[in-house]
Amino acid sequence: MSAGTSDVAISGAVPDVAPRRGGVLAGRGSALAAALIFAALAVLPPIASAIGDPFLVVTATRIVVFAIAALSLDLVLGYGAMVSFGHAAFVGLGAYAVAILSSHGIDDVLVQALAAIGACALFALVTGAISLRTKGVYFIMITLAFGQMAYFFMVSLSAYGGDDGLTLSARSTLFGLPVLAGDIPLFYASLAVLALAFLGLRALTLSRFGRVLRGTKENPVRMQAIGFRPFAFQLTAYVIAGALAGLAGVLLANQAEFVSPAYMSWQRSGELIVMVVLGGMGTLVGPIGGAIAFLLLEDWLALFSEHWKLGLGVLLVLLVLFTRGGIAGGVERLFGKARP
Amino acid sequence: MFNLFLLQALNGVQFGILLFLVAAGLTLIFGIMDLINLAHGVLYMVGAYFAATFTALTGDFLLGLAIALPAALLFGLVLEFLIFRHLYERDHLDQVLATFGLILILNEGVKIVWGAAPMSVPIPELLSGSIPLIGPLQYPFYRVVIITAGLATAVGLWLLVNHTRVGMLLRAGAVNAPMVSALGVDIRRLFMLVFGFGAMLAGFAGAMVAPILSVEPGMGDGVLILTFVVIVIGGVGSVRGAFVAAILVGLVDTLGRTFGPIVLRAVMDPSAASQTGRTLAPMLIYILMAAVLFFRPSGLFPAKGAAA
Repeated sequence: MSAGTSDVAISGAVPDVAPRRGGVLAGRGSALAAALIFAALAVLPPIASAIGDPFLVVTATRIVVFAIAALSLDLVLGYGAMVSFGHAAFVGLGAYAVAILSSHGIDDVLVQALAAIGACALFALVTGAISLRTKGVYFIMITLAFGQMAYFFMVSLSAYGGDDGLTLSARSTLFGLPVLAGDIPLFYASLAVLALAFLGLRALTLSRFGRVLRGTKENPVRMQAIGFRPFAFQLTAYVIAGALAGLAGVLLANQAEFVSPAYMSWQRSGELIVMVVLGGMGTLVGPIGGAIAFLLLEDWLALFSEHWKLGLGVLLVLLVLFTRGGIAGGVERLFGKARP
Repeated sequence: MFNLFLLQALNGVQFGILLFLVAAGLTLIFGIMDLINLAHGVLYMVGAYFAATFTALTGDFLLGLAIALPAALLFGLVLEFLIFRHLYERDHLDQVLATFGLILILNEGVKIVWGAAPMSVPIPELLSGSIPLIGPLQYPFYRVVIITAGLATAVGLWLLVNHTRVGMLLRAGAVNAPMVSALGVDIRRLFMLVFGFGAMLAGFAGAMVAPILSVEPGMGDGVLILTFVVIVIGGVGSVRGAFVAAILVGLVDTLGRTFGPIVLRAVMDPSAASQTGRTLAPMLIYILMAAVLFFRPSGLFPAKGAAA
């Protein structure tokens, strides 16, 4: 790279083209795939009521909520190359923001969401700043340990249910109106959050910020050499992802009308990573597909045996040993080859 | 108060020794192979199940332990051959996923083989009873045995790592594995050895606690996280660091749970103190870890020097 081009890169005046790396799903294909998924989800409630299976909407809401959490993790994992193993803690903190405020009589969803975002952003800022001082296996273990710290904090917080969790007296309201009381409105609200989060993160990853983040993933030393401080960009991404996961937690608490420390256990964090990788990380649409696939697979395996986790584990190991790139990788291989 | 302190300090040391047994193998696996192994905790669990089964079969704990150890070693070697061997070249994320899958498999697997109900192992006649400490104070003999066995293992490991040829390769591998390989050492065989040995140490820890804890599915998960804290504090790849950090974590956790509320009672009213103490105590070791990392990002005794 000549000195001239790197000057351009520093000033951020790089022409706004689709990212060079990544195939179909990283560019316009990603938006198309996401639009298809959102459209399919949007017509789900009428279909569910037509075939007389209202529980379908409940399952779909759960899927959408976890898709938001997986999407936020993709910013950290897929774009920032930070293997965070404590992401479920943010989901749990968001859920607890709803439950704790609600137990004090504050039911407005806007206040709860603001509290959740604030608490998660602060937690992400502090733990991220410490964790990002380290790299590699250290980072994985530290994020895991901080996640466990939050978990044990909630377990021992007996004033708010402790290990047993806390049941919500009612779902959140908006300006005093119980708009989320029905399952279908809650589903559409969750879907709207998912769509907005997708669009927001897409804009973010295509912006200068996103390019610096990707550059840091590819080669942190070179990014430093051309004048960026990767730490600041990575920490910002970590905080944004944490706040978004907190928002997913707000929806999760409303969907289940119950919160417990189990939401924050490290197994949940592991499952979120599985969703992102299963779907294809660094694609944004992949993790949404991954969340859908993972939760459907979970439900489906549970039909066969109480030992369904065994099947899930075997599948995971085989997936890692014999395939690369998850669902999105498969789609890319399928469609990517057809193009010149 | 002093008596309570002495008892809890001994409990802390005993807990720390156990953490060390699990952490010693894992820190070498991390350090030498650069492999993140989440499944190390389930090896501890499998060790406990082996001890429970062979004790029930032979009717004697020591005999059961003697069979459980090679069984744990064999189990580790089989896992290495089937799965871990294929993960050395992969990135950390693949390793996280595969070993996470392995946890699901093994946790569910022991449920299928041994059932979901906890198993208990009686403390052997020979090792039961208490020994007198100061004055009327008694301490369970079996816990003293655990501490002694752990310390003996630590000394053995120290001799192995610092005074044998294999130990020299281990230390060299923790600093620069590719260079060791380039100098003509069969690094694959070294990896296999470390993994099998680490599995046996974790299994040993599991077997030793089988008589004082209930043996149940998922018992390795909590230990795994604490082991991570130990390794992070001690420095990846350093057995000495693992020992110091394990004792530190064991003491801080055990003493914090007992004395946290007592200390807080001096500055606030009793009910608030016990509530705050109970909430803060489980977080203490994580705060300790954060503090250590803040000042020394690669732990107390980094194997690769300050640069790593």
